[in-house]
Amino acid sequence: MGLIELYDISKLYQSDGTEVRALTDVELSIDEGELVAIMGPSGSGKSTLLTILGAMNPPTTGQMLIDDIDVYRLSVEQRADFRHEYLGFVFQQLQLIPYLTAIENVMLPLAISKHSNKEQQLMATAALERVGLGDKMKRLPSQLSGGEQGRVAIARAIVNHPPIILADEPTGSLDTHTGEEVMQIFKDLNEEGLTILIVTHNPENTRYTQRTINIRDGRIVRKGATKCA
Amino acid sequence: MRLLDISLNNLRRRKGRMLFLSLGIVLGVATVVALISITVAMRADLEDKIDQFGANIVVLPESDELALSYGGVTVASAAVDVKELTMDDAARIRTIPNKANIANVAPKLIGEVDVKGSSAMLVGVDFPSEFFVKKWWKLDGEAPSGPDEIIAGSAVAAALGLRPGSQVVIKGNEFKLAGVLRQTGQQDDNAIFADIGRTQKLLGKPNAVSLIEVSALCRACPIEEITKQLSDIMPGAKISALRFAVKSREETVSQLMSFSIALSIIVVIIGALIVFITMLSSVNERTREIGIFRATGFRKLHVIRVILVEALIVSFGAGVMGWLVGMGGSWLLGPRVANLDVNVEFNPWLTAGAIGLSILIGLASSAYPAMRASKLDPSEALRFI
Ligand SMILES: Nc1ncnc2c1ncn2[C@@H]1O[C@H](COP(=O)(O)OP(=O)(O)OP(=O)(O)O)[C@@H](O)[C@H]1O
Ligand SMILES: [Mg+2]
Repeated sequence: MGLIELYDISKLYQSDGTEVRALTDVELSIDEGELVAIMGPSGSGKSTLLTILGAMNPPTTGQMLIDDIDVYRLSVEQRADFRHEYLGFVFQQLQLIPYLTAIENVMLPLAISKHSNKEQQLMATAALERVGLGDKMKRLPSQLSGGEQGRVAIARAIVNHPPIILADEPTGSLDTHTGEEVMQIFKDLNEEGLTILIVTHNPENTRYTQRTINIRDGRIVRKGATKCA
Repeated sequence: MRLLDISLNNLRRRKGRMLFLSLGIVLGVATVVALISITVAMRADLEDKIDQFGANIVVLPESDELALSYGGVTVASAAVDVKELTMDDAARIRTIPNKANIANVAPKLIGEVDVKGSSAMLVGVDFPSEFFVKKWWKLDGEAPSGPDEIIAGSAVAAALGLRPGSQVVIKGNEFKLAGVLRQTGQQDDNAIFADIGRTQKLLGKPNAVSLIEVSALCRACPIEEITKQLSDIMPGAKISALRFAVKSREETVSQLMSFSIALSIIVVIIGALIVFITMLSSVNERTREIGIFRATGFRKLHVIRVILVEALIVSFGAGVMGWLVGMGGSWLLGPRVANLDVNVEFNPWLTAGAIGLSILIGLASSAYPAMRASKLDPSEALRFI
C-alpha cells in the first residue's frame, strides 16, 4: 500500500446554482519517495486534485488515506494539525506574507510549534541555505525576485521536515533557467527521501520527475508512465 | 517567532494602513470625548450662570401676619411686632459651611414713604449686590454713585414725572435720581431704590432688614442643604428656597445633557460602523494571507488570535489618540466656540471610558470578520492557485 491512497474521489463545485464536475472517479496510489508530475490542460482539475491531496478541500465522494489516516474523517482542526505535521505547500504566486521577511515567512509554520526562538532561527536558516538564499534572509518579499520568492516558499514548505511536498505550478512564472533551478531543488529534496507532487504545464519539467499523471476533464487518462530518473 | 510577532510585524511594517484603519476610531472617540467634556463644562458653566441669574433663596423674618408683598414674596408687616432681621444676619450668611456656594447676598429694607404728595414703596438695597442679582435690569441714566443717589422703577417715575437727574425729596432728605429702570414687568417698576444704610435712617430702623435674597450656586450641593444651614444660623427666620428657580435650572441642564448623550450615541454608532466596514474589507484583503496561515497548519484560533491582537493594539492606540485629540480640541475650542468660562477638566473616567469604548469597537468589529475568514476552507482562500 502506498503512502497516499485515493479511492474513487469525485469533486463537484457548486457555483451560482450550476454544478461543475472538477474530478470524476479518481483512483491513485503514490509511494513514499516518489517524485510525481501532474499534467493536463487548464481547467482539467489539477489544482483541485492537489488541494484534495493537501487535506484542505473535502471531496464530494471517495476516500483518501495518507499514512493510513483517513484524512477527511478528521475534524477541521485535526486536519489543520495534520497539514502541519505531514505537508509542505508551494503555490504558484503571491504565497508569501508581505509584511514578514524571508526568514519570518519560513518560520511561519514554526510559530505554532513548540520550538524555541533559537531553534526556529536555526531551522529556518538551514532551510533557506538549502535553497541557496542564506544571504537574503532579512528581505521582505517585495525586495526579492520571483525566483527568489519561489525558493523562499520551498524553504517554508520544508522547514518543518514534512514527509510530503505539494507544489502547484512552482515554475509557472519563472524563466527557463530559474525554473530549472527550482526543479533541481525538488529533485535534490526527493533524493533525500521526500515524497513530492508537482502540478505543471511544462513538459520539460518531466525530465526531473519519475512519473507523470495526466488529467483531462477531471479524469486520469494515463497512469503509471514511469521513467528512469 | 510567535503569533504575537506576526501581529507586531504587520503593525510595524504597514504603519500607513494601520493609521488609516484607526482613523475611524480616532475620529469617533475624539468627537465623543470633546462632546462630553464640553457638555460637562457647559453644564457647570450654565448652572453657575443660571444660579446667578436671580436669587433662589429668600430669608424672611418669622411672622404670623402678612401684609407687604415684594417680588412675589410676602413680606411681614413692619407694624406687627416681629423679630426683624438685621444687617448682622446678612453678614452671617457668608459664614455657613457651604459659604463657597453663596454667590450673592442682597439684603433689603422695605418701607412706605411720601414722595411729591403720593405714597410710594421705598426699597433700601446694597446697589452692587442688587445689580449682580438682577442682571436683567436696564437703566436710563446712570447707576447710583453714592448714598445720595437713587433709582426709580419705570411706573413710579412716570407717575411722579421723574427723569434721570431729577431732585427727589424723601422725608425731608434730598436725593438725586441717577437713573430710571426700564420696564421689568415686575414689582420693581413700582419701587424707588435707595442705599440700604440711608433707608434705615430715613425709616428710623437702624440695622433693620426686611428680607434677604440669596443666590446660591447649587451645582455641588443640593439647595436643601444650604437652606438648612441658613436655618441653623438664623433660627428665628423663615428660609424659603424658590423652587421654580431650581426646577427650571434642572430642566435646562438635563435638556442639555440628553442632547449631548443622544449626539454621542449617534457618533459612536457611525464610528463603529466605519470601523466595522474597514475591518471587514481589510480581512477580505487578507483572505489569501489567512489561507496561507491555514494551509501551513494554523488552527482557527491561531488565526483569530493574530487578527484580534492586531485589533487590540490598533484600537488601544486609536483610543489614546482619540482621547488626546478630543481633549485637545475641547481645550482649544471650548472657550471660543462654546463661550465657556469654566475650564474643561481632566476626567479619569472619561479617559478610561474612551479607551475602553475604542477597544470594544475595535474587537467587536474585527471579531466577526476574523471568525468568518478563519472558517474559510484554505483551498477557497487560496483560489488563485
Ligand atoms: N471553488 C470552485 N468553485 C467552482 N468551480 C471551481 C472551483 N474551483 C475550481 N472550479 C472549477 O473546477 C474545474 C477544475 O479547476 P482546477 O482549478 O482544478 O483546474 P486546473 O487544472 O488547476 O486549471 P489551471 O491549469 O488553469 O490551474 C474548472 O472548471 C474550474 O472552473
Ligand atoms: Mg490550477
